[in-house]
Amino acid sequence: MTMANEAQAAPTQKKQKRRLHPILLAGLIIMTVVVLIGIFAPMWFSESANVQSNDRRMPISADHPLGTDEFGRDLFSRALVATRLTLLLTVAASAISVVIGVTIGTLVWFMPPRVRQLIVGANSVAVAFPNLVIALIIAAILGPGAWTAAFAVGIASVPAFVRLTVNMSSPIMARDYVTTAHLLRVSKYKLIGRHVLPNMAEPLLILTASNFAVTLVELSGLSFIGLGVQSPDYDYGLLLSDALTMIYAQPTQVIGPAVMIVLAGLGAMLIGDGLAASSNPRTRGQRRAMRTGTLRPAPAAANEQAKEQEAAREAAEDPEDEIDVRVRDLRVTAANGTELVKGIDFDVRRREIVGLVGESGSGKSLTAMTLCGLTPEGVTATAGTLVAAGHNMLEPVSSRELAQDIALVYQDPMSTFNPALKLNTQLTEVARTHLGMRPSRARRKLIERFEQLKITSPEHRIGQHPHELSGGMLQRAMIASSLLAEAKLIVADEPTTALDVTVQAEVLRQFVSATQELDASVLFISHDLGVVEALCDRVLVMYRGEIVEELTAEQLGSRRVEHPYTRKLLDAAEYVEAL
Amino acid sequence: MKQQSPLQLFVEDLDVTFGSGSTATHALKKLSLSLHHGESLGLVGESGSGKSTLAKVLTGIYGFDSGRAVVAGHELTPGRRKPLKDRRALQMIPQDPYSSLSPRRTAGQTIAEALDPKGADTKKHRATVIEWLERVELPPESADKYPYEFSGGQRQRIAIARALCINPKIIIADEITSALDLSVQAEVLDLLGQLRRELELTMIFISHNLAVVRHVSDRVAVLFHGELMEEGDAEAVFRNPQAEYTRQLLNSVPGRPGFNLRPDRAAA
Repeated sequence: MTMANEAQAAPTQKKQKRRLHPILLAGLIIMTVVVLIGIFAPMWFSESANVQSNDRRMPISADHPLGTDEFGRDLFSRALVATRLTLLLTVAASAISVVIGVTIGTLVWFMPPRVRQLIVGANSVAVAFPNLVIALIIAAILGPGAWTAAFAVGIASVPAFVRLTVNMSSPIMARDYVTTAHLLRVSKYKLIGRHVLPNMAEPLLILTASNFAVTLVELSGLSFIGLGVQSPDYDYGLLLSDALTMIYAQPTQVIGPAVMIVLAGLGAMLIGDGLAASSNPRTRGQRRAMRTGTLRPAPAAANEQAKEQEAAREAAEDPEDEIDVRVRDLRVTAANGTELVKGIDFDVRRREIVGLVGESGSGKSLTAMTLCGLTPEGVTATAGTLVAAGHNMLEPVSSRELAQDIALVYQDPMSTFNPALKLNTQLTEVARTHLGMRPSRARRKLIERFEQLKITSPEHRIGQHPHELSGGMLQRAMIASSLLAEAKLIVADEPTTALDVTVQAEVLRQFVSATQELDASVLFISHDLGVVEALCDRVLVMYRGEIVEELTAEQLGSRRVEHPYTRKLLDAAEYVEAL
Repeated sequence: MKQQSPLQLFVEDLDVTFGSGSTATHALKKLSLSLHHGESLGLVGESGSGKSTLAKVLTGIYGFDSGRAVVAGHELTPGRRKPLKDRRALQMIPQDPYSSLSPRRTAGQTIAEALDPKGADTKKHRATVIEWLERVELPPESADKYPYEFSGGQRQRIAIARALCINPKIIIADEITSALDLSVQAEVLDLLGQLRRELELTMIFISHNLAVVRHVSDRVAVLFHGELMEEGDAEAVFRNPQAEYTRQLLNSVPGRPGFNLRPDRAAA
């Protein structure tokens, strides 16, 4: 059964069987073949591979697919038999790097900060040297031999694993569940085993698989130069080294070990890449066509649709109509067929502040984003009419006009800013790129807006980086930037939810006075009826993808609500706030 | 009203400074507080007021410079940065529902770990785990579900169960509802208020919203820039605040008479 069929058959079923990623599948098949060769070849071919005969230096023939060497041993068999020792050494070397690297990388978090800095610093120096150089030094000190080579190569890869583990466990160590486990006196080894390792298993596996291929090549290299496996044992590297002496007389001798190295390395690399691809939801490879959201006119009866389109055009063209937003029959459907927004209608008149209230998952943010032409990934939106700030959004609108007329304010100020850029650079970007404002003019206007929103010492602030400002200041700065272009419509998606109540009141007050000065209309999204009541002229209550009630501020103020869900929201607001 | 019950938490002249020299910030200034068994204290203030710092000092995650702090009979020493050996002395319910549960462990495993940090055996503790899930109003089959299958409110319920199931002497709830929808906040607060009465919890409830705190606290302490502004009976502070700052704080709660956003409506 394909994914699409499955989704249709059981749209509510959460756990869908994931097909193996094709790259991962290919890698696993190649690796299985190589491992099977490693297991069975020494049983079946050891005689032809190891026993000397008089058929010396035979060319390729039916009896000897790759010919024979100077002692009359079958080269094809030798290449196959060498697989077992090569794989064993590679597995041993990889195990050394992973176990030591991950142990050090996680345990440093339980050491005093100075010791940790010392270890991490020393490790960074070690990472700077190529693995093979370190492996060569260790192998030279310990002397030639198969297992000392494996040890040398294993140790040489430790710094890479230490670094990856330290970096990946750093955010996990700061998580609340680790702190709580600490308070519950879970021992540090249990904490690593239960909480830290499982949460970074995917990237670790990916690196391990790729590292396996690198280790294989390095080990073969050590054997090739005589520091690894010693005769009469042989691995791929030693076979290659044997072949080198006769490279002109019998070039076919290199084929066996060379092909096997490539095959085993390719298998490991493909497994690594396949794991990486399937751990990233974007490249999981399902429904490529559905990756970005689409917005199109509703497939209504042709003449009705034409009528709606006509209405939309009228609304878009007639500036006297005082309608900034007109939404008719907006439906948003998820990729698995679930309807998230179920055909809603509403208008926003000029200078009106309309609240869209509902809980998480009610479809309020989807509605707002679709209205702005930003249909999120993985959903399909259809509408009979969709007019925003005078533009018919069902037809192509230039991004310049959209940037000019519609402004968006997002919820979390900490994650919407780029931490590396100064405020001035990122807040004037829209004005500079879409409106063609000169940098000096954009800067001046931004300072004006900052002043309007009561941001202290604006000249200084615009030169600062986001981390230097508090959440409230950042949210003011974002509002200021959205007002730069003097938008006709401002869509604010829970702009104060991440802020303290004291800061929220201040920010909202300045937000209102700024929008009123611009004569802009506002679509304000919130889960808080208390805020919406104080802020909005009209309130739309959204529940499970439908607008269940429309209220004026006055109706809300006197508690004349009808729908039980609105009642529930009001009760919650009365409980948590002080309505 | 519970003055006769034994003292569980005692903090006197607590001073905490971060950094040194010109960049030093004084997070807590000569703070004194006390908490009796079975009592619940609401700790209110905006970001940067020092309320989370106090919580982290009491849990032993941060150290402190001077003053005294006694947690459930254990005296904390200045400079020490280590959780108490006695894990039943104090437990914390963290703020963010998305970071408080490990994504790779089921609700049952999470609670079992609290009951038994060594083995975390879900089979052995199954009955207790289910008892606690039911206590926080989650169905028994939640025990085998992973965090992504729960909503934010449900995750906080699991975090509450994890903190309460070892019957700690003091519970600190750090902004546990601020990341939730309003209607879910009301449900979680209602549950916590109910558990507080049933289990006679000794609790510090931290929030930036004074209105939230009054449902789950007997007393309220208002912090501003590391200093105690006002302390008193929860309902009294809410109805009749004494400090100017408390009044400001109350006026920013939506629905209070002072909460006015529209200049055009203020005149009407």
